Amino acid sequence: LSKLRFFDSTLRDGSHAIQHQLTKRNIEDYCQSMDSAGMYTIIVGHGNGLGASSLQVGLSLTSDQEMLQVARKNIDKTKLGAYMIPGFGTINDNIRPAIESGVDLFVIGCHCTEADTTRQYIEYILKEKKEVYGVLMMYHMASTEMILEEAEKIQSYGAKGVIIMDSAGASTPEMVKKTISTLYDGLDIEIGFHSHNNMGMAVANAYTAYKEGASIIDGTLRGFGAGAGNCQLEALVALLEKNGIRTNADLYRMLDTSEQLMPKIMKRDMGIEPLSIISGMSGIFSSFKIHAEKAAKEFNVDARDIIKELGKRKAVGGQEDMIIEIAEQLSNPIKFDNTDYQLSSLL
Amino acid sequence: MMRKAKVAIIGTGNIGTDILLKLQRSEVLECGLFTGRNPDSIGIKLAKELGIRTSYDSIDAIEREPNCCDIVFDATTASVHKCNAEILKRLNKFTIDLTPAKMGKMCVPVINMEECLNEKNVNLITCGGQATIPIAYAIKEACSNIKYIEIVASIASKSAGTGTRNNIDEFTQTTRDALAHFSGVTNTKAIIVLNSANPPITMRNTIYVICDNPNMHKIIKNVKEMECKIKRYVPGYHLVLEPIYENGRVTTIIEVIGQGDYLPKYSGNLDIITCAAIEIAEKYAITKIMGGKYIE
Repeated sequence: LSKLRFFDSTLRDGSHAIQHQLTKRNIEDYCQSMDSAGMYTIIVGHGNGLGASSLQVGLSLTSDQEMLQVARKNIDKTKLGAYMIPGFGTINDNIRPAIESGVDLFVIGCHCTEADTTRQYIEYILKEKKEVYGVLMMYHMASTEMILEEAEKIQSYGAKGVIIMDSAGASTPEMVKKTISTLYDGLDIEIGFHSHNNMGMAVANAYTAYKEGASIIDGTLRGFGAGAGNCQLEALVALLEKNGIRTNADLYRMLDTSEQLMPKIMKRDMGIEPLSIISGMSGIFSSFKIHAEKAAKEFNVDARDIIKELGKRKAVGGQEDMIIEIAEQLSNPIKFDNTDYQLSSLL
Repeated sequence: MMRKAKVAIIGTGNIGTDILLKLQRSEVLECGLFTGRNPDSIGIKLAKELGIRTSYDSIDAIEREPNCCDIVFDATTASVHKCNAEILKRLNKFTIDLTPAKMGKMCVPVINMEECLNEKNVNLITCGGQATIPIAYAIKEACSNIKYIEIVASIASKSAGTGTRNNIDEFTQTTRDALAHFSGVTNTKAIIVLNSANPPITMRNTIYVICDNPNMHKIIKNVKEMECKIKRYVPGYHLVLEPIYENGRVTTIIEVIGQGDYLPKYSGNLDIITCAAIEIAEKYAITKIMGGKYIE
């Protein structure tokens, strides 16, 4: 099992995409659905974090406290996380009330050159015996040497890890590789990466970060997040699984939430649909998707299982007839013997 | 010509050094001691070049020789000032606190300077507070039903010294509290942004006010009058965007260009608070020390 952990920021970064209009119901449903999905933490709140509800960056529909309290009631296995950017909130107005609402873990973010503004908060949170991570936002705006220097400061304040945020989605894979490998060599604490999808690279860049030593990936379900969206966690998990990297994440649970719940929360779709992820993971011709969905409905089976089975049987373009066959077999498990069909397909 | 009143400056960082340089132009104040903890600070070097007495013993130097000054500027940090305040009270020094420690009465010269002169410890809130509270106050005077006030202060990273950074929490909290205190509006918010762009950005402040049916004519008049009053002691203070009503809020934007005494002109955040400190100190010196005999 890989050491990789997922920070689920769906209910934080996603808040940006709907102008901070998350409802209590959204939070309740999401937390219930994702509590057992193997995320390390579910981070909840305004997109810019605690205390950020404002005319400047947007008013929240639901207050920080209400959001945290609803989330607290609905998660049990996962840690409840909160984000804060110094300059927006304070210990007195925001951190202390958040602790009282049951937050287990804090992430303190700042612009990538301003790490010393996180010190007071990291130290305070440690004193309160809560877990804390530092964040360097907009990392593309500083040199790698500077990022290392700032990350070292965060390390010296006692944070458990430092998360690099590609807030503008401005990363090339080379930039990610250089930054994360430099931090991996230079730091003793954990390194995390949070990507955005402005150039269609969010999942790829997160994967590169992992390969270079990042042990935390901060992303969102369905890529729900500011601007072009984030690293779509369920797509990343599929990619990792395909490469034989096992994590605590429950892919099907994530896909279920992405399919059933996310359309209700999002104003417009931003990510890759669950079945397309499975299709990619299984190496199945993309146009099979709609046929598989139809067959799944007809035979009352899981379309994902059809696609996976198609992958095992190495279907190629033009073999849409296999979909019906598999769907029928899946609906009738007694008749269905995997080995037989694999053998027969070789004949 | 009367003798000038003696002041001491504790803290040799950005704020302390900017006061030191501004004092060179004062006709009523002179610096008797420039004291801090860091022997390598640029401020200490500059003070020595100017022939000012310096010390590395911070407040201990004043305790040893209380006669070196009548007025003390504390430009250390909020946590250090909490200790210094006790000592300065015992030494009976008129203290102007430029940290966000908020031990004494909060002062914005254009709003409540007169009543602060009878205090022993006067707190100058923060640079963001000094820049925005007068505008919020001016709008309040024109508008009886304010529901919410929010300020955003953006400053260049280079002009935010160690003290500001180490006390970012007090900085944010004190600005918000002072905004509520002076405006009488409970629902307030203060946002502080550090921008590390190069060349550095000039200090900018935005004030958002939500109120019913604002009388924009009256608001603009009040705000412009306030701008003129502040300009008298902070020459680079000016409106970038006169109050406008947009999206259901009254929005005003202020820029503060520094005089470039210590840090370059982008550091209006130094000037807005150091000029306020000197304004108060001069007034105190004239009325309380020279018995009003000094003729301007």
